Amino acid sequence: MTQLVNTQINGDAVGFACEIDETLLDVLRNRVGLSGAKEGCGTGDCGACSVILDGTLVCSCLVLGVEAEGRKVETVEGLSDGADLHPLQTKFIEHAALQCGICTPGFLMAAKALLKNNPDPTEEEIRYALAGNLCRCTGYDKIVRAVQATAADMRGS
Amino acid sequence: MSSDTKFTGQKFKSIGTSPLRPDGIDKVTGRARFGADINLPGQLVGRILRSPHPHAAIRSIDTSKAEALAGVKAVITSADLPDLTNGNSELFNILDNCMARTHVYYDGHAVAAVAAVDATTARKALKLIEVDYELLPHVTDVDEAVAKGAPILNKKCFTEGVEPKPRKASNIARRSEFGHGDVEAGFAKAAVIIERNFRTEQTHQGYIEPHACVASISPDGSGELWVCTQGHFVFRQHCAELLGMDVSKLRVTPTEIGGGFGGKTHVWTEPVALALSRKANRPVKLVMSRDEVFRASGPTSATSIDIRIGVTKKGRITAGDATLRYASGPYVGMWAELGAMTSFACYDMKNVRTVGLEVLVNRPKTTAYRAPSAPMAAFAVESMMDELAASIGMDPLEMRILNAAKKGTRSSYGPVYGPIGIGPTLQAAREHPHMSAPLGKNQGRGMACGFWFNFGGQTCTDLNIAPDGSVCLTVGTIDVGGARASLALVAAEELGISYDQVRTVVGDTSSLGYNDMTDGSRGTFSSSMATIMSARNAIKILKERAAKMWDIPVEKVTWEEGCAKAVGKKYGNLSPLSLAEIAEAAPNTGGPIAGHNELVADGAGVSFATHICDVEVDPETGRTQVVKYTVIQDAGKAVHPTYVEGQYQGGAAQGIGWALNEEYVYGEDGRLQNSGFLDYRIPVCSDLPMIGTQILEIPNPNHPYGIRGVGETSIVPPLAAIGNAVSNAFGVRMTHVPMSAPRILKALDEAESKKADETQQLPLEL
Repeated sequence: MTQLVNTQINGDAVGFACEIDETLLDVLRNRVGLSGAKEGCGTGDCGACSVILDGTLVCSCLVLGVEAEGRKVETVEGLSDGADLHPLQTKFIEHAALQCGICTPGFLMAAKALLKNNPDPTEEEIRYALAGNLCRCTGYDKIVRAVQATAADMRGS
Repeated sequence: MSSDTKFTGQKFKSIGTSPLRPDGIDKVTGRARFGADINLPGQLVGRILRSPHPHAAIRSIDTSKAEALAGVKAVITSADLPDLTNGNSELFNILDNCMARTHVYYDGHAVAAVAAVDATTARKALKLIEVDYELLPHVTDVDEAVAKGAPILNKKCFTEGVEPKPRKASNIARRSEFGHGDVEAGFAKAAVIIERNFRTEQTHQGYIEPHACVASISPDGSGELWVCTQGHFVFRQHCAELLGMDVSKLRVTPTEIGGGFGGKTHVWTEPVALALSRKANRPVKLVMSRDEVFRASGPTSATSIDIRIGVTKKGRITAGDATLRYASGPYVGMWAELGAMTSFACYDMKNVRTVGLEVLVNRPKTTAYRAPSAPMAAFAVESMMDELAASIGMDPLEMRILNAAKKGTRSSYGPVYGPIGIGPTLQAAREHPHMSAPLGKNQGRGMACGFWFNFGGQTCTDLNIAPDGSVCLTVGTIDVGGARASLALVAAEELGISYDQVRTVVGDTSSLGYNDMTDGSRGTFSSSMATIMSARNAIKILKERAAKMWDIPVEKVTWEEGCAKAVGKKYGNLSPLSLAEIAEAAPNTGGPIAGHNELVADGAGVSFATHICDVEVDPETGRTQVVKYTVIQDAGKAVHPTYVEGQYQGGAAQGIGWALNEEYVYGEDGRLQNSGFLDYRIPVCSDLPMIGTQILEIPNPNHPYGIRGVGETSIVPPLAAIGNAVSNAFGVRMTHVPMSAPRILKALDEAESKKADETQQLPLEL
């Protein structure tokens, strides 16, 4: 059964039609044309599809598309302000916090959600906040350092 | 990160710097296109039906109901693919794995596929396909598969490498032997001989991006394939051969790759997607689910290793002998052979023998996983090194230094080494502050060494100079971790221009000559060699053009710092011509300027590493946490040190996961029990500490810049390093990987009860 959904994605009003059993991830990728969120597992275990829904970090593979009705969705495509990258994006590149890059959109959204709630996290807090996002390339070292550097940067220190 | 450059021979300007990667912005903004991000107009959704049985004969497959379902555009079985039963056995195995012909050999083996207008229809269609199976006895364990009376997977399997050819079929598909000297005579000279069995469980590369492709075959017989792969030329070859196409009529474009680590070196679904597209006459997109990735793409081997090593009282190894059984899945591979070759490669041994046995089991076809086969062998050898050192009261690091291979040593697998880094990494470990850092309660420190060959192979690059003097470098090796940046640095170095003037792209199969795949740590090694030669060819033309512009003999032109310079008394006052000036004039001096090179990159320098790690074991739960970790590895020459460091850290993290937690769990029913990231748990951020690195640079004499491969060696030592650290924490020798909490707890309990028994017996003896 198809349903019409009105939502706001990265600040823009977006309407789409989707099946009632379709995930938000599939809607974003296949109906809205935003392929930044990735499907690594489809079961909420890898975090590659992380987006922010009404201010809360979610695995978009565990949310139905119809649940986005009337809500605000933030994806990696909305992270930068035009051509100006978000500090997290800049620091991830500068600190080589990505190798293959498939997990990067999810990590950026998870890190954004973390820093919004905790602008001065400890290493341990960063590691636990990002524990729902799997990276197989970096060993996490450079990701943690990039988030630490961003936090310092955003605090203006 | 620290770098020890005392070994380095050359001075560089660009090489050794760490500029930002060219694909960084695409990857942090969501623009980068990975396998599943490709879409074509009118594409169908492909899905594969997989066997729920570990071993069965296929009596029949009825696809009529699926074909009749509205929205289904094609259904295929092995009948739609060539019958290679009596042809090339390697190709037959590849095809049989992609689509089972007469038998299914593992839980997850593909038996049929559909292409439909959407995912829901495709899913329904799979349920309508009726397969009549005759169930057969199965075996999933490597030791059980070689035991007497085990179910035989392939009645035509007579062990290769044994003379005379065995008369009885078995699950041992191939035997490989390496070594030299007289092993028994060596053991006769030993003061201590220790013999043990080690086991490692099957692991998966665990790349976050599932396999994905879009295939499109036109009625004229030409085709295109977009795919996440480590080797698009190899995929083109295999797909074309399996589908009976001319190789040049299939164009394969590699997408960005979301991790591979060896797992994306084989075709799995791509020939199926192409066959579906051919039958449906529409493009077909086929993406594996995570469950399919675990059940039906190639993990590494489970192993069982019998090993015996003898040493003198002074710690010199007198002989080593190992028999290594590698489970390869249902088809023969080369995994046991690589295990046998790498086992003792770190050490200088006069008497050594290694036997590798390739064992067929009812598990998925195994494939390469980062330094394939070496971590398991190193787990056995490096655990034994610590145990032997303890038996003679010697420091294990000193014993390794005493026995380390060096330039001129005949390796355990045959060749004589050139300048190598095992000794220097051990010396660096001895001097490293990690070695003397204090340890806490329930903590132990371990160290271990690792080796990987590194490969070269067929490589081809194009270096095109644009009219504005900027440079586009086209390579045929996939960028899995920053290679485009590294190769741009190489081109900039050779041309004498800045990194920003060079852009590197990975060309599709129609734009370059054949390239071997990005495996064996060959990407940067081989493509940098071809890039240097391409740049030198371009410089030759640039000098000719400058000579023409100046109207002077070409012999009077040199190339320095990105400019043509005229030399000699007569011409010395001419102002240098920059690359941009020469490029701008190109239309009037002979047309476009480019440099090409095709080569077989020989002389990949072997690679060595020494790792140090501290673990903390919880005696109540058996849970082990790595609290401090240091990687020391030779890079030959670190082209982009930050990315080299990233390779070291990533490899170590994968090794830590393998050592402590990751394993394929099979039930009695022969089915995989943990085919998801929840139950097959790779290390998460909170599982790991920061990973320290030290890059050594012992130049590879066979490369113009001294470069060696760096990607794989770092996964080799962690299994043993952690095993040794656990042993040093509690005096318990772990011989089975992963050292998961239940296994450690069991080993601790056994050690405790043994100790209690001994204490109880003591008064009686008194």
